[in-house]
Amino acid sequence: MIKPALVAALLASAAPVLAETHMIASGEGAQERLQEALILAEPGDEIVLEAGRYILTDGLSLDVDGVTLRGAGPAQSILDFTTQQGAGEGLLVTSDNVTLRDFALENPKGDGIKSKGADNIIYHRIRVTWTGGPKAENGAYGIYPVESTGVLVSHSDVSGASDAGIYVGQSSKITVRNSVATDNVAGIEIENSRDAIVTQNYVSRNTGGILVFDLPGLPVMGGGNVLVTNNLVAGNNTPNFAPPGNIVAGVPRGTGIMVMANERVWIEGNVVYDNPTAPFMVIAYTQEYEDARYNPYPREVVIAGNVVDDGASDPDLPGGEMLLAAFGGMLPPVIGDGLNDPKGAAPLFVDAGLAGWSLNLQRQGQALAEAQPGPLNVPAPGAAWSLDGIGAPPELEARLK
Amino acid sequence: MRHGAFLALALAALLASIAGARGPARVDDAAVLAGMVKNLSDYGFFADGARQVPGAGVAPYALNTPLWSDGAEKLRFVYLPEGTQLIADGDGLLQFPVGSAIIKTFGFGEGEGRRLIETRLLLHRADGWVALPYRWNADQTDATLALAGGRMDLLTPAGETISYAIPNKNQCKTCHSKDGEVIPIGPKARNLSGEWLGQMAQAGLLDQMPDGADSLPDWSTHATGSAAPLARAYLDVNCAHCHQPGGGASNSGLDLRWEQDDPHALGILKRPVAAGRGAGGHDFSVLPGQPDTSILLYRMNSAEPGIAMPELGKSTVDREGVAVVRRWIAEMQQ
Repeated sequence: MIKPALVAALLASAAPVLAETHMIASGEGAQERLQEALILAEPGDEIVLEAGRYILTDGLSLDVDGVTLRGAGPAQSILDFTTQQGAGEGLLVTSDNVTLRDFALENPKGDGIKSKGADNIIYHRIRVTWTGGPKAENGAYGIYPVESTGVLVSHSDVSGASDAGIYVGQSSKITVRNSVATDNVAGIEIENSRDAIVTQNYVSRNTGGILVFDLPGLPVMGGGNVLVTNNLVAGNNTPNFAPPGNIVAGVPRGTGIMVMANERVWIEGNVVYDNPTAPFMVIAYTQEYEDARYNPYPREVVIAGNVVDDGASDPDLPGGEMLLAAFGGMLPPVIGDGLNDPKGAAPLFVDAGLAGWSLNLQRQGQALAEAQPGPLNVPAPGAAWSLDGIGAPPELEARLK
Repeated sequence: MRHGAFLALALAALLASIAGARGPARVDDAAVLAGMVKNLSDYGFFADGARQVPGAGVAPYALNTPLWSDGAEKLRFVYLPEGTQLIADGDGLLQFPVGSAIIKTFGFGEGEGRRLIETRLLLHRADGWVALPYRWNADQTDATLALAGGRMDLLTPAGETISYAIPNKNQCKTCHSKDGEVIPIGPKARNLSGEWLGQMAQAGLLDQMPDGADSLPDWSTHATGSAAPLARAYLDVNCAHCHQPGGGASNSGLDLRWEQDDPHALGILKRPVAAGRGAGGHDFSVLPGQPDTSILLYRMNSAEPGIAMPELGKSTVDREGVAVVRRWIAEMQQ
């Protein structure tokens, strides 16, 4: 007969090492204590940031798979980088299956949280705030996953980024939902990425609300399969405060939803209000480039079933006043540029009831000043596409439950 | 700064020690292969740690063009377990056997006034390289493991007071990483002297003289030497560990490796991607003939977090490096 105690011992020895919880408090030595916990964590461990303000002088980093970093809430556990002296971001994550939730970063000197090559990452109830409001000296990106497969950003809040608040770059299988992006140059930007869903976000007081871009000369290109639905994109009218030289520095103040290059972007069910340059802008890449792999044109961008105001009454465009006069004091809600991929699909499909105007450019890279504005004449949307495989993998949503 | 004479002497001592019986200061191979010992002295890399006198099996080396770290003096060593050797791989990284170690000590100050700050170890284990930082104590008797890094105020040779950052274990990996694996950066055959490689080969510690060895210029010629090779060597050594495919900054599309010859990849007329305010209002990483409107030089020439490049291991501007890269961009055909 086997004794129960022995059975228990056998079971215990067969079980995997239990995941541990490491509690971290603010105060003296928080930098070293927190960084050491991030280094020594084992896969499956949870590091808990107790409520408090953590004064940090250097960027933090996590390179262990499967770790959860959890605070007491985005108003309670605050990583304060106001006196940061080094590193390019507040927190760098380079491992897979990481969950970041319920804490805040304030005033990081560079980016907020960057996750690079970090597959299946969750950002949940994360706040990144530059507390001085929109300033060119603020860091570029608030939430910055790049080169990753599987990204879920939910219930997060970024304000003050001098580039994009929530920026997903060179990634795939992405969901950005139920989040708030205010007072950034770009609220939410999906760049050189595929299979992305941007839904149910509140995007306001940025220079541009939601941007879907594909840029040349990067390791990952060919952005597309992007769904932008049911967002509130309102009052994006902050003067562009991006440092010149960056691509978003060219985004006009007052842009709602903007697509540059990309294939298959479906924009539906959004409320797009009070974006005085353009509720919608769909254009080719605007600059010269040398990259044979790159397609600069938008292909199959669909604008369907959105709630939109009558148009744009204060455009941040060259010759804006003349444009307004020509269109009777109000620019129609959709801007196209008249360019299309000579070998590819049509660039743009818009509901029959939604008016637009075209820059009528003759070639890619042509200056906006050479536009010959006229009415936009594009077909109406066809049947919806299959959305299989778009968005963050289901296991990320499951991990949050 | 090169330490030719010192190196030759130390190397001779090393070779003698390997040829003859090993002294008592043997390296603890078990400590190299597993775990994280608390004290640097526990490894036994040094016969005299405070004076940085290497022990048996530990060979000093220098680089033609070194990584700049706020002007720190760096003392570099390799440790090879008995009966092993380095394997040449063209002009690239020497291949290190499991059980070997690369040791780099950072010091500030001249002569008797020199203070050792930290010693960084790369330990080659069965499952890959491990990077560990050790911080020297105030008495300079030993260094202890500093997993979370740290900061200390000190004066650079250029006379600037800085808060010097000892990297944490993860930050080691920020630079020493390619495709997610930790790798050495420094000991590439192209950046090692032919003399050193020859001595190592002769002693049986290197399998053969690598092709393309010793091809990077000697940085001590920076003031007058030809700008292009010096600048390209500087960018390779100081930037390319991140700015290359598979490196920490691969998403920038900038590739500053010595062997890269595509102008766009090198930043020439390349627009910024995620530079933010690091772009400094400029349109291109490198604008031929226009160093003052080139983002690459702007970021090298800054010490401000969020703008400064490199992001780690730098609190002040490397005036020599900036001057060379400035010359390179200025001489470029417009």
